[in-house]
Amino acid sequence: MKTRGVAQSNLIFNAVILIGAAGVIILLLAIFLTLLVHSIPSLKAFGISFFFGKEWDPVNMKFGALPFLIGTLITSLLALLISIPISMSISILLGEYLKEGMFSSLLRNLTELLAGIPSVIYGFWGLFVLVPIVREFEALIGIPPVGVGIFTASLILAIMIIPYSSSLGREVIELVPSDIKEAAYSLGATRYEVIRYVILPYARSGIFAGILLSLGRALGETMAVTMLIGNSNKIPESIFSPGNTMASVIANEFTEATEKLHLSSLVEIGLFLLIITTIIGLIGRYIIKRISLKETEHA
Amino acid sequence: MPKVRSEKSRIIKDKIFKIVIFLLATITIIPLFLILYYIVQKGLKVVSPEFLLSLPKPPGEEGGGILNALIGTGIIISLASIISIPPGIAAGIYMAERKESKLSALARLCVEVLQSIPSIVVGIVAYIWIVMPMQSFSALSGGIALGIIMFPVVVRTTEETMKFIPGTLKEAALALGVPYYKAILKVVLPASLSGILTGVLIGIARIAGETAPLLFTAFGSPHLELNLFKPMSALSLFIFNYATSPYVEWHELAWGASFILVSMVLVINIIARVIAKRWKTRF
Repeated sequence: MKTRGVAQSNLIFNAVILIGAAGVIILLLAIFLTLLVHSIPSLKAFGISFFFGKEWDPVNMKFGALPFLIGTLITSLLALLISIPISMSISILLGEYLKEGMFSSLLRNLTELLAGIPSVIYGFWGLFVLVPIVREFEALIGIPPVGVGIFTASLILAIMIIPYSSSLGREVIELVPSDIKEAAYSLGATRYEVIRYVILPYARSGIFAGILLSLGRALGETMAVTMLIGNSNKIPESIFSPGNTMASVIANEFTEATEKLHLSSLVEIGLFLLIITTIIGLIGRYIIKRISLKETEHA
Repeated sequence: MPKVRSEKSRIIKDKIFKIVIFLLATITIIPLFLILYYIVQKGLKVVSPEFLLSLPKPPGEEGGGILNALIGTGIIISLASIISIPPGIAAGIYMAERKESKLSALARLCVEVLQSIPSIVVGIVAYIWIVMPMQSFSALSGGIALGIIMFPVVVRTTEETMKFIPGTLKEAALALGVPYYKAILKVVLPASLSGILTGVLIGIARIAGETAPLLFTAFGSPHLELNLFKPMSALSLFIFNYATSPYVEWHELAWGASFILVSMVLVINIIARVIAKRWKTRF
């Protein structure tokens, strides 16, 4: 009698954990299918031309997502361009020059602390500190001083991804085996030469993966960008014009979208965003996983 | 003597490189420090016991507080935890116990994908699942949105912690005649508790500041709302709404709320780290 009770409990336990694991898969499928089903009206109405349409006009029910694709692409790439040299220097500094010491732990703790600050607070800070600075800069170079726009959004994005990408970079640089570094030093190489010709080539694919993962972050970032990009649905003319990213247009218009087609178009943008970030994230993680596998074999 | 010159130039290059690296890294510290400085300086000016215990006032009036947002954040985070922790631990146990199974491999991949979903997309899904059928923004939908974000974090930390518990521990329990489910629940799981708790805290710290998924789920409310089926405020939503308003008094409330939110996230992260260090079961 008692053994039957135990067998039953085991059965229940196994069933519960099985459902939990299946739940992970079902949740992801459900998210994907939900977005897909609710995109159908927009998919039917516009088809592939949704991604080439230059006009986003909720009043006349014309929805083309090109302005947001361009907006997302420019802000993310500009943010990467600004942040890569800086986060690379921090990675090299922490991974090679200053492995310990006060400055190193200060920098490390500071970047970790900043990684924990919510995006909405970055946006808030940007409104009060970055926007006036950008406005002065715009006046200086002779364009209408608005302050908000793609450039400002890229700046805040760059600041936000620095903690993330520099900690990824440091991990990759620390993975470089010390015997090959020492071999280079013993041949008389300077530190610069070791970094340039040994560490960076060795860590190249890891650094690339880090950039991909940072790009994934930047693409999906919503709040700070929404607050600083100026929210215009036109194709941006320059990097100082206002614009919208895929995420920011969803944040802006979703609660106001009363028409079915409008809502569905926003859901389709969300679906597209999900697919892109998933692909980028998977490639990035795959590369990093391969590197750490190689590392364990090496050791 | 060309060789000597080239050696010199190599050393100079090395020095310049070092200076550039240090300079660039130091430049970054400036905006980073500025952000912290603003939050602390502007925030401390407003924060007081009264600020924490009163409701926001209409624009034009001095004072007012963030009680509604504070309680809202507490309720929504609790909802998210209740929804995500038990199934997350169950899934983690399965993936750690059946390491080689195909289901585990697939689930592991799905956990990675779930973690990289932009949070605004999760907001859309919670809107479609909960807000649309119930025809009302609600704290419940916000809690579910944040629960979806927290779920993969819990699964992953549970799996990773349990993987490091030596198999001998479980085998010893089984050898003594303890049934399998008891060996897991009473021996392996307690041994992994500190790791799981750390993961849960990191998950909470992550969702505490999430704003995008709450925009069209919890939506926000200026009143003290305790009903789970009504729109509810949260610190992050409060900051967004008050920061983007044109009123100076409201900006001050938003700075105060930012200070409280950042301190909250910081304290949770520190507790997580202390737990990870102190109570780690050693083998």
